Amino acid sequence: MQDTPRNAAQLDPAPELVSSEGELRQETMIINMGPQHPSTHGVLRLLLELDGETVVTCKPIIGYLHTGIEKNTEYRTWTQGITYVTRADYLSPFFNELGYCLAVEKLLGVEAPPRAQVIRVLMNELNRISSHLVWLATGGLELGAVSVMLYGFREREVLMDIFEEITGLRMNHAYIRIGGVIMDLNEEGIRKAAKFCEDMPKRIDDYETLLNDNPIWLERNVGVGVLTAEDALALGVTGPMLRSAGVAADLRKDMPYCGYETYEFDVPVRTQADAYARYEVRLAEMRESMRIVRQCLERLEEPGPVMIEDPKVGWPSKLSVGPDGIGNDPEYLRHIMEESMEALIHHFKMVTEGVEVPAGEVYQAVESPRGELGFAVTSDGGHQPYRVKIRDPSFVNLQATPTMVEGHLVADAIAAIASIDPVMGGVDR
Amino acid sequence: MNPAQIAERVRERCPDTIVTREEVTAVVARDALLETLGWLRDDPDLSFGFLSSLTATDWPGKDPRFWLAYELRSMEHLHRLRVKVGLAEGDATMPTVTPMFPTANWHEREVYDFFGIAFEGHPDLTRILLPDGWEGHPLLKTEELGGVNTRYHGAFIPPVDTRTTT
Repeated sequence: MQDTPRNAAQLDPAPELVSSEGELRQETMIINMGPQHPSTHGVLRLLLELDGETVVTCKPIIGYLHTGIEKNTEYRTWTQGITYVTRADYLSPFFNELGYCLAVEKLLGVEAPPRAQVIRVLMNELNRISSHLVWLATGGLELGAVSVMLYGFREREVLMDIFEEITGLRMNHAYIRIGGVIMDLNEEGIRKAAKFCEDMPKRIDDYETLLNDNPIWLERNVGVGVLTAEDALALGVTGPMLRSAGVAADLRKDMPYCGYETYEFDVPVRTQADAYARYEVRLAEMRESMRIVRQCLERLEEPGPVMIEDPKVGWPSKLSVGPDGIGNDPEYLRHIMEESMEALIHHFKMVTEGVEVPAGEVYQAVESPRGELGFAVTSDGGHQPYRVKIRDPSFVNLQATPTMVEGHLVADAIAAIASIDPVMGGVDR
Repeated sequence: MNPAQIAERVRERCPDTIVTREEVTAVVARDALLETLGWLRDDPDLSFGFLSSLTATDWPGKDPRFWLAYELRSMEHLHRLRVKVGLAEGDATMPTVTPMFPTANWHEREVYDFFGIAFEGHPDLTRILLPDGWEGHPLLKTEELGGVNTRYHGAFIPPVDTRTTT
């Protein structure tokens, strides 16, 4: 490679930077950010028009993770639908399961037993904390705060252990079912959750100590990615982004489900509408979630059924934890295989054909870590969904990207997108 | 207002309004959609100023073949309403609601992508989740899950039930 110039001085001056008239070139530059870029939270592609370091226009391009979840549900039973929807927004699987199951329960006109409702709230709030932890970890990493990334994933690992203890899986649990939850909590799961409640407040204090007065964190977040309440509402933005702009909209308070109206908790609101306000809102929400988890643990001292009694709706199989993980309860297997022909027929029909849902259309929304997660479910009266539409908050919130980044520095676009907390599994479904 | 009261109020403009499962559904004609949505948004008792979701369902062999459902939410009064519009096969076009609800932009692109329903006046009606070169609209009931060629850049993926794992 002897022709290669050794240093910059040997290079020809770049003639194209200066026109023949001696004027600087004025045109803008189009660049692609993503879909394979570490700061795009998966496979988001941004088409950026840059004028120097300033973003002139921004066009988000999505669909790289489209897996046809909505179409797939139309070819499976209502129960199998849970295993599909839980994979949409993979950081908040319990919310997907809950929204879908509540919608189907609304179509059926049934309600899960009280203990199941408490368990659902418990799992959802733990999931909210784990989702916010991933936001803190990845968002911190993108701004160079590597310690925050390590801390965030460390605490999330504790939650993953709790989920695994209770549901058998770290993600995509299919734990919340139509008419309740698939199995009761075990002692070890409750013990771990209680321990987590003791440890976590101190850990959040640590994050605040690390970040609140950190000049780099403030510089990168304060006044960055501003989205006013008016713009947010017009663009359909919900969740922490809307609450950081002064609108105290939270479906747990506004249109309660699963008995949220009986829990004591506050909805954190800020008014600065920037990335820093979203950081404050999410950290405060983690504390509020912990409050709800503590109330759930108190209520769980009362025993009770966790699956609806109605044999036409409830899942027949009983599960238990055995030496090789969670599986069918041996006592239940003995019952259907050796004792009762009727129970076996019933089991077979419910597992292969599933619940029959009366015709109709409902829309059920839950407050996911990212905002309004809605399920518009249509039934034609059969054993399979006719149409399941997932209104994912990441999909809608991502529309606000151009409003937040246009006219600002390209480096701020990274912080702005991190503050949206988009999960591409939910965006593309 | 409870669902019955909302329905009663909405019936002033849309007589075809029902309450099922504590949810209010108003059926309006396509030509009346924009005017109705404007009224629902501006009426101080209703103030449905937030479009939560927009989607379609496909009912082949029925008339109308398509139903579009606009899920509205009121941030002031904390209630909901669904506005539905029926569309006949062969005339599947809608006026866009993006000037009124900018959030509808991506929702309408998704409905176009999945069902082939065109939104007149939409600023950028292109596919959103599927690749630009994709043929067909996969959420139509006439499109099967598997059992069809993957019509994308000449690729062929055999139907699920004929794949072998040798």
